[in-house]
Amino acid sequence: MKLTIPEEELMYEGTVDCQGCGAGLAMRYALKALGKKTFVVIPACCWSIIAGPFPYSALQVPLYHTAFETAAVVSAGIKAALDMKGIDATVMAWAGDGGTFDIGIQALSAVAERNDDIIYVCYDNEAYMNTGIQRSSATPYKAWTTTTPRKYPKARPKKNIDEILVAHDIPYVATASVAYPEDFIRKMKKAKDIKGTRFIHVLAPCPTGWRSLPEHTIKLARLAVQTNIFPLYEVENGKYKINIKPKNPKPVEEYLKLQGRFRHLTGEDIKEIQEATNKKWKKLLRKEEFF
Amino acid sequence: MAKITIRGNMATALGAKLCRPDVVPAYPITPSTLFPEKISEYIADGEMDAEMIRVESEHSAMSACIGASACGARVCTASASQGIALMSEMMFIAAGMRLPIVMAVGNRALSAPINIWCDHQDTISQRDTGWLQFYAEKNQEGLDLMIIAFKVCEDKRVLLPATVGIDAFVLTHTIEAVDVPDQKLVDEFLPKYKPELYLDPSKPMTFGSFGTPEFYQEFKYAQTKAIEKASEVIDEVFAEFKEKFGREYKKITPYKCEDADVIILTMGSMSGTARAAVNKMREEGKKVGCCKLTVYRPFPGKEIVDLTKNARVIAVLDRDISPGFGGALYGEVAAQFINESKHPLITNYIIGLGGRDVLIEDFEEIYDKSIDAVKKGRVEKPVEWIHLNKEVL
Repeated sequence: MKLTIPEEELMYEGTVDCQGCGAGLAMRYALKALGKKTFVVIPACCWSIIAGPFPYSALQVPLYHTAFETAAVVSAGIKAALDMKGIDATVMAWAGDGGTFDIGIQALSAVAERNDDIIYVCYDNEAYMNTGIQRSSATPYKAWTTTTPRKYPKARPKKNIDEILVAHDIPYVATASVAYPEDFIRKMKKAKDIKGTRFIHVLAPCPTGWRSLPEHTIKLARLAVQTNIFPLYEVENGKYKINIKPKNPKPVEEYLKLQGRFRHLTGEDIKEIQEATNKKWKKLLRKEEFF
Repeated sequence: MAKITIRGNMATALGAKLCRPDVVPAYPITPSTLFPEKISEYIADGEMDAEMIRVESEHSAMSACIGASACGARVCTASASQGIALMSEMMFIAAGMRLPIVMAVGNRALSAPINIWCDHQDTISQRDTGWLQFYAEKNQEGLDLMIIAFKVCEDKRVLLPATVGIDAFVLTHTIEAVDVPDQKLVDEFLPKYKPELYLDPSKPMTFGSFGTPEFYQEFKYAQTKAIEKASEVIDEVFAEFKEKFGREYKKITPYKCEDADVIILTMGSMSGTARAAVNKMREEGKKVGCCKLTVYRPFPGKEIVDLTKNARVIAVLDRDISPGFGGALYGEVAAQFINESKHPLITNYIIGLGGRDVLIEDFEEIYDKSIDAVKKGRVEKPVEWIHLNKEVL
């Protein structure tokens, strides 16, 4: 098979991300897709560190670091300035799940409601990893984090951020995975050519926080799709398309058992997660059918 | 120049328009709401070529300002009170990133209890954000200071943001006659903003990466030096403004202070009342003068010392309160004298909070209290509250 991934690298080597970091990989792919004429806005998140301290930079494109809750709106500000200057370029907000699902959701919702012309990428590692693994609203049901100890693991399911964005009637919402780089790059390229707010949600496994092996990052990202825990789909102008439909979905246990954050799960817990996953998947299939 | 009668908010909006900003992100808040309304109208009517971002909060207003300014756009916004408190985080960042954003403020009290009327607590509480702070006495000053602020802030020696404060309702909603400068003259005075460093794909740079202990202090030092330098730049810009538009501004403007025993320091709209009170008291033979501060940051400490060092008492009026201490202006004025071998007595009066009227009688009371301290040779109660309604306490 011929690889379609662009060879150009816009991210330097030698970044300080942890071994097996999905977030580092995700940025590398995203920039390959978007090219040089891209402005990147990073709020407080793992990438504030990965991009390097003053006076270093990990990226070969203009990069602006900003406060935790402001990635979306700082990007909108940049885009407005570019419009006034007559410069055609892509502005990409690049935020973690904390900066997207939690503290940044207000500004993100406002950007989406105005349909400001930016790409918003959430690289989701399912907790506040940069501060040392505290739960976010992206943390899955029953997962351990340092603020949801094993005795009292997270009691609520992961917030469905994608459907929240779909509800804003923006032109493009897509999920992606570092285990499916061609699908991810295709989606980033597609997003680049669309005007308005585009939201890409990429699952980025975190060996440090998931208590998994660095060499399992791709395997886990792939299993998340193959078990239907993190389906790959896109919603273009309200029309759903599921990109990968596993013929025989793998049991969720295969995904869960490779991660120390789920070590305490009982058979009953796993059954519950399996049922919830099946139900959510069915709902998605129905959406594809009807919309 | 054309003379028109307008509200204070309209004056700052008109001032902003004359500066030809590229991007105006804004969120409505009493008493500054007319500002975004006017900007929307100007753009809709084709009188102004700018992008307005109707954000969902003041926090986002300042964030959008930061993004646009980092791209080299001229940017302004307006806010007040709770809005300023909400955007505080981003105000620190705007100054730290050295972005010359100008914000018109309708100076208003902070909750609780909720209050929409005038005091200076909102901007005073942001004094350590690194913003330049101007306070207008009347609508004309509100308009002029917008133009002056851009010119100072965009100066390469400064590159910092500024607030232009006009008192809530007393100015924001009060109609006064205002001279509107010709656009051509403003364009000559304030050419297009051309920063040396901005986000640009042809010269990719990273802005705002984390500063380790090895560098952070130097960033703050450089920022502090810049706001100190602004003091000089403000004088230059005031002089240039006078030459171009005929109106004179000073960091501090004294009135009948030459032989005064008591000098009353004020900021904002009460400065006019202070002059009226001084006139009345002078007729009664009292040796009193007053002085308004137009610039609060950078703090005009040297100018205040030079003006007041031969007075017997300085009465500092604060339309703000730092609970557990006293007025902010008082503390700063007092600090200026700490290394002087002799200095006047310094008294502090908390006045006009939450929109309480400041009256000529109040100034008379302040004079009496201050002279009493002179007679006793000491200040018994340094911080006094004026015009308290004891019945509701």
